[in-house]
Amino acid sequence: MVKPEGALTWKDIEIGFMVTEPGSASQYRTGDWRSQKPIFDLEKCIKCGLCYIYCPEGCIRQNAEGDFEADMYYCKGCGICARECPKDVITMVEEEE
Amino acid sequence: MTTKMGIEVSVAIGEAVKLANTDVVAAYPITPQTHIVEHLAELVADGDLAAEYMPVESEHSAMSACLGAAAVGARTFTATAGQGLELMHEVLYVASSMRLPIVMAVANRALSSPISIWGDHSDAMAVRDTGWIQIFGENGQEVIDNVLCAFRIAEDRRVLLPVMIHLDAFHLTHMVEPITFPEKSKVDQFIPPNEYPLPLDPNKPVTMGGFGPPPIYTEVKWAQEVNLRAAKEVILQVWQEFGDTFGRYYSPVECYRSEGSRVLLLTMGSFSETAMAAIDKMKSEGKDVGLIKLRLWRPFPFDEIRQAVKDAEVLIVLDRAISFGGPGGPVCSEIKSALYQQERKPKVIGFVGGLGGRDISVAGFEEIVSRGIEISETGSSQEFEIFGVRE
Repeated sequence: MVKPEGALTWKDIEIGFMVTEPGSASQYRTGDWRSQKPIFDLEKCIKCGLCYIYCPEGCIRQNAEGDFEADMYYCKGCGICARECPKDVITMVEEEE
Repeated sequence: MTTKMGIEVSVAIGEAVKLANTDVVAAYPITPQTHIVEHLAELVADGDLAAEYMPVESEHSAMSACLGAAAVGARTFTATAGQGLELMHEVLYVASSMRLPIVMAVANRALSSPISIWGDHSDAMAVRDTGWIQIFGENGQEVIDNVLCAFRIAEDRRVLLPVMIHLDAFHLTHMVEPITFPEKSKVDQFIPPNEYPLPLDPNKPVTMGGFGPPPIYTEVKWAQEVNLRAAKEVILQVWQEFGDTFGRYYSPVECYRSEGSRVLLLTMGSFSETAMAAIDKMKSEGKDVGLIKLRLWRPFPFDEIRQAVKDAEVLIVLDRAISFGGPGGPVCSEIKSALYQQERKPKVIGFVGGLGGRDISVAGFEEIVSRGIEISETGSSQEFEIFGVRE
């Protein structure tokens, strides 16, 4: 397993910063960009899956219980899921410090 | 066998690129570089050089094509000048940052406007910070030898950086000079096959030129800087080995009759030849002046420069480019900063001259030296003086 980018020293840098393993973009924590987070009120959810379809990061998934949830490592807080949900299940709330 | 012939320097560069078994040439013609790439196109068309010649639509594309060629491990050459080098500008950084060993001859030409096809160092100075190794040639033989050395330096595993060989427009590109070409078998030994360590290969995919967000960009840039500085040791080794093999030795800073001189003149590129004649004349008249010639521009040879000038009282630096609104010529200001912290150092006096192809004669160099000495005694109201401008 390669080190996460934030742990690499300059001596660890591959020639020309080449990436030698596939899928390294999955290490990048786009969740750092978030200023608002989606909160799901699952009581109202009809499981239509529109949030899953519209999420541009592909970070919403259906868990073992059949409920939809966002992976906060990647969720940028764009709010598209909240906008598209026909049942107003998702509310965007400010991230706290 | 070794051959010596009278040949135009541009054509000789084509012959050197052929001797080095170059795989790919991607170039766009521009005066005064044209004869270099014309000759290479001819060599490829005639079947004398088994290379891919890519006649691209611009210099930006030329350098971009060179990136791709170098990335698959091909030995890659291009050449440009002036505006062409400017059009390549952003891609030059990519070549060095991605550590791609491309060799480029730059026929140093003044920048527009007014449009000028003639020589000065404005184009070279504009690409000073692009991360390339940069070597200035003084005469045709130096240029040819350094084109050969450049492949060896660029492709060395410890280096893996692109190299520019600078040669002055017309004063070098279009001169017919006696050039000694080394024996092919010896060149083959001197420049082994290019084995780029991580080439683009479908069987072992890599990502080149990826995304570098804030947590990693600084580390990547420092690694690049350390690598370029460390390249100097390899350059010295390659020059030593070249000298041992072919009998012509090169160094980052060359001293000409400078030992013990109170006053030193410093030049870069083809003007050094005229400057040597001027030094000979002044020495014969009993004047205490010597010459320092700067050959390696990047990585900058700090130790060698300090060593070469430490005993002088006055150092007169001639630049062939203006840093508009700045401290004077780029060479002079770098030498000043290299010396600033030294306890023993000469007074550094900066001149700019030879812009847009204007010659400086032996008498001109004598005038620069005497005016430089005068400024060292009386001072000047200007950061630098421009030589030969009509008032």
